[in-house]
Amino acid sequence: MKFGVVRFPGSCDEVDALMACRRFADADLLWHGDSDLAGIDAVVVPGGFSYGDYLRVGAIARFSPLMESVIEFARDGGPVLGICNGFQVLCEASLLPGALLPNDSLRFVCRQVEVAVENPDTPFTRACDQGDLLSIPVKHTTGRYYAPPGTLPEEQVVLRYAPGHNPNGSMNDVAGVCNEAGNVMGLMPHPEHAVDPLTGSADGGRLFESLAMVPVA
Amino acid sequence: MVGALGVRARVLIRPKAGILDPQGQAVERALPALGFGGVANVHVGRLIELDVEDASQVPQMCERLLANPLIEDYEVVEVQDAAA
Repeated sequence: MKFGVVRFPGSCDEVDALMACRRFADADLLWHGDSDLAGIDAVVVPGGFSYGDYLRVGAIARFSPLMESVIEFARDGGPVLGICNGFQVLCEASLLPGALLPNDSLRFVCRQVEVAVENPDTPFTRACDQGDLLSIPVKHTTGRYYAPPGTLPEEQVVLRYAPGHNPNGSMNDVAGVCNEAGNVMGLMPHPEHAVDPLTGSADGGRLFESLAMVPVA
Repeated sequence: MVGALGVRARVLIRPKAGILDPQGQAVERALPALGFGGVANVHVGRLIELDVEDASQVPQMCERLLANPLIEDYEVVEVQDAAA
């Protein structure tokens, strides 16, 4: 298993994501201007402020040469994980339902939250059990998840903020969703910042551990 | 303003009705503090102005990039001859 971690101009969590992936498998950085995914078995679109968040979060990054390849990779069933800004990019690319809106508080939030595993039957959560609580930090200004009525089936809700932990006003406490096929997931919390007990929690590692278990072709 | 291309388009982008607009709410709450009463339904959106050769393409530009139709409504409110 080899992870590819995307680096856009304005990414800032790609190195943490790379280190998180390397705890469980091989991993390399991918540059936004390239389009070659040769040898990559899973793609991580990391957090940050790709292309300066110009126009709308994720709106410009979605059209980068590498993302065009990632979209094709995802449509062929390849696993793709989007974290924070990566989640926003995947929504803009229509690989995931819904969109991310400014936090209801209009403030940047940076805190540890608990999220419950709602669907353990995905390539991203197979190392978890239904209802497991994961302690993972969030840090964002634009994290209020919204999907128009009828566009997000319950089985596509992978993670939900635990009661009282919703940091941004997300609809139905949604913290992470997957696509209908289950091979693309996005979440606002940062699992790559929670892979070592040294920083308070290693719960985020279970998402990378899950992905590392995906059989490679 | 005289544009480089033939037509000047102005695109207004608003949060979709029914979606919580905390920016609009914050502005609405701030105005009475300055003595402006009788203000309601404040919403904050974006304005994009562009010179284009073919104004008929602007709605497509909105659908694909300028707006996110899931969460925003857009309106091409003014299309005038840039040379006028």
